[in-house]
Amino acid sequence: MSTRASTLMSALMSTTPSAKLKLFRIRGGVHPDDRKALAAEAPIEDLPMPVLLHIPLQQHIGAAANPVVQRRQHVLKGELIAHAQGAVSAPIHAPTSGRIAGLGLYPANHPSGLNVRAITLQPDGEDRWHPDVEGVDDPFALVPEEIAARVAAAGVVGMGGATFPSAVKLNLRNRYSLHTLVINGSECEPYLTCDDRLMREQPEGVVDGARIMAHALGVGRIVIGIEGNKPQAIAILQEAAAPFAHIHVVRLPMRYPMGSEKHLVQTLTGKETPARGLTADIGVVVHNPATAFAVHEALRLGRPLISRVVTITGQAITRPRNLRVPIGTRVESLIDHCGGFSEAPAKLISGGPMMGQPLAELRVPIMKGSNGVLALTAAETNQRQPAPCIRCASCVGACPCGLVPLNMAAHIRGGDLDSAVGQGLMDCIGCGSCAYVCPAHIPLVQYFNHAKGELAARGRAKQKQTETKRLAEARTARIEAQKRAKREAMARRKREAEAKKRAEAVPKAAPEVAEAD
Amino acid sequence: MALVILALLPATLFGLYQFGWPAIFLFTVTVAATVGFEALALMAAGKPVRVTLMDGSALLTGWLLAMTLPPWAPWWIGVVGGALAVLLGKQVFGGIGQNLFNPAMVARVTLLISFPLEMTRWVMPQPMFSSGAPGFLEGLAITFGNRSYDAFTGASLLGHVRTELGRGEHLDAALSAFDPLSALFGTVPGSLGETSAVLLVAGGLWLIAKRIIGWEIPVSLVGTIAVLATTMHFVDPARYAPAHYHLLAGATMLAAFFIATDPVTSPVSRQGQILFGAGVGLLIYVIRTWGGYPEGVAFAILLMNAATPMIDHYLKPRIYGRDRRGKPLEYPELSAKGGER
Repeated sequence: MSTRASTLMSALMSTTPSAKLKLFRIRGGVHPDDRKALAAEAPIEDLPMPVLLHIPLQQHIGAAANPVVQRRQHVLKGELIAHAQGAVSAPIHAPTSGRIAGLGLYPANHPSGLNVRAITLQPDGEDRWHPDVEGVDDPFALVPEEIAARVAAAGVVGMGGATFPSAVKLNLRNRYSLHTLVINGSECEPYLTCDDRLMREQPEGVVDGARIMAHALGVGRIVIGIEGNKPQAIAILQEAAAPFAHIHVVRLPMRYPMGSEKHLVQTLTGKETPARGLTADIGVVVHNPATAFAVHEALRLGRPLISRVVTITGQAITRPRNLRVPIGTRVESLIDHCGGFSEAPAKLISGGPMMGQPLAELRVPIMKGSNGVLALTAAETNQRQPAPCIRCASCVGACPCGLVPLNMAAHIRGGDLDSAVGQGLMDCIGCGSCAYVCPAHIPLVQYFNHAKGELAARGRAKQKQTETKRLAEARTARIEAQKRAKREAMARRKREAEAKKRAEAVPKAAPEVAEAD
Repeated sequence: MALVILALLPATLFGLYQFGWPAIFLFTVTVAATVGFEALALMAAGKPVRVTLMDGSALLTGWLLAMTLPPWAPWWIGVVGGALAVLLGKQVFGGIGQNLFNPAMVARVTLLISFPLEMTRWVMPQPMFSSGAPGFLEGLAITFGNRSYDAFTGASLLGHVRTELGRGEHLDAALSAFDPLSALFGTVPGSLGETSAVLLVAGGLWLIAKRIIGWEIPVSLVGTIAVLATTMHFVDPARYAPAHYHLLAGATMLAAFFIATDPVTSPVSRQGQILFGAGVGLLIYVIRTWGGYPEGVAFAILLMNAATPMIDHYLKPRIYGRDRRGKPLEYPELSAKGGER
């Protein structure tokens, strides 16, 4: 590490926890009404075990998990039911004890509602832990690799919604010079309160998980950033972190998308993450508080990630709540537990209102990355017919990435995706600030998400085409070779036959010809 | 749109009051014609008429055009102007949001070039109910009946100063007609709604405070004119008028706050808007000082409208995580371990 980096680091280190950390401004962003009051005071409740759990094999970014159980097999709570495949993947464990009712297809918690591979588990009601589930007394005595291995084995993924396998991020120290772990407690999406409640109710667990991750990353500094609209969480975590001089709890300004990790790191360090890079490029790794808590449980108790806190809210929900839900529970069970709908919802969303996805149907399961279920009334969603763009540039001012959304959307609308890419489509983080501020109600971010999906599909199609072409060429070459071999064989046989004939016709000359042949 | 019209209201009402019934008739005809042609064009294009008219953009275009017309111009100036603004300025490009040029300025310039006589006949202020002011019927006769009103005409300030300077007069003599206070409050001959700088600035500042328009274009436009005029006045006080003359005379304030700030025809990035405002200011000054017309606002705006796509192309915000040229940022001092090994 060069001198400048070490000066920077020592400057960062010398800050005492009581001293206020200097924050930096980010560009753009919006100030949506946070509407967190609906669920913020509802303590986390355990959802009663549902009758059936549908556990998808793909709950994380990377390769799907591979089932290791069979139909009718009995499993215990926390037992491995599908193992990770490949470098970026995560295993899946039984959320409770019960019988495997089947391995098959089930509708995904995804706007498409397509069927995906899932394990169906029928709980036996005993909720009995697997005997191997056992924690370690002192995680700080473990070498970093061992911590990452245990986190990997526990199937912990980024629980803020990105669902990137956490262990992969913990191993970044091998490739990057890291100095800070940031716990992203900004929870900048309106409505959602699951991280807020978890930080308020399990502050020791969150702080302990953060310390364990910092140990695994080999960093000496932890910053827990929380938006100013969660004063209780800030106070409680400040108290929980007080014994540790290297943990700073920071009150973040309320500005969406503060929770975008690149923007959070910029707020804390003043540095922008290089395009197409990771925050690790500037020495910072970011994790969600729920992930920190899952790491704490995985290390201290040996418990894999089998449940999570989900906020069920919106004005169409009778009693908005925060529930601890076994992975694989149907969304409808959560809504029923919250008293059902108070009126027919105009919009159902999985996740937050800014970046969440529409829920295709209510029987889809809760997954490791599901942080909220929103049922919004027509009055809340303010859905309006889009009007023509008058280039008012509100979106330009709101974009935290310095893009010109109105131009990108115009190109995408004209089918010119390449121009949109040239204008920075791939630098778009999909935060939705542009669509939020658009006075003409143009669904800008939807255009961008559509274009990104289309480009990904094109990329796959191109790859497939190249592969098909390669196979076809190989096949032609093979057939050609076979034909050639056949022709040569035929020619040889013909020559042999003729030679034989001649030999028979001219018996005297035969030995000579045969030799010449 | 509604708020912009609200902000224009004080200056408009003042103009209508000061130029009396003919101005009221011309204003009404211009606005009605603009909205009417918009409706016709929408019908012809098979687009929803009611919904589109409700966006208020045609109303605003007609309103702005009327404010820039000589207040006692005949009715057909307003009708032709409305048609030019909506059809040539906007609908041929595909309607709202698609036009390259400010529709009101397209109409203003076309009218000026086609009907130079009608477009440069200015009247002395004849406030409503004052002794010399034309009554309702007289007003009708002026606007619709081609009634002569030579007795009331007077040169606009910009025109007067230009003529005097052209005759080789010293600037001080030419400027003897310029009373900064009258120009500030607007009790001078001029276009229907351009004369009162103070009411226009008040409306404009209110729009900035309401965040309907940005500060970038008005500040850079006014600032550029002020700096240029001050510098040139300093160089040769006998030829070049001081800054307050350029700021208070003509359509400077209307342009700075209400015309150049049209989002459709101005750049989208902050840097682009500052450059755009400065360009308009520069061209206004150049045309007024060395050009063929006493007033250069409409030409300046159209020229900068034409430059807007290019400005938007070159002056974009810097993308997060990239430098100005679009290359990913690099932190040599924080290079990844992989890079060092």
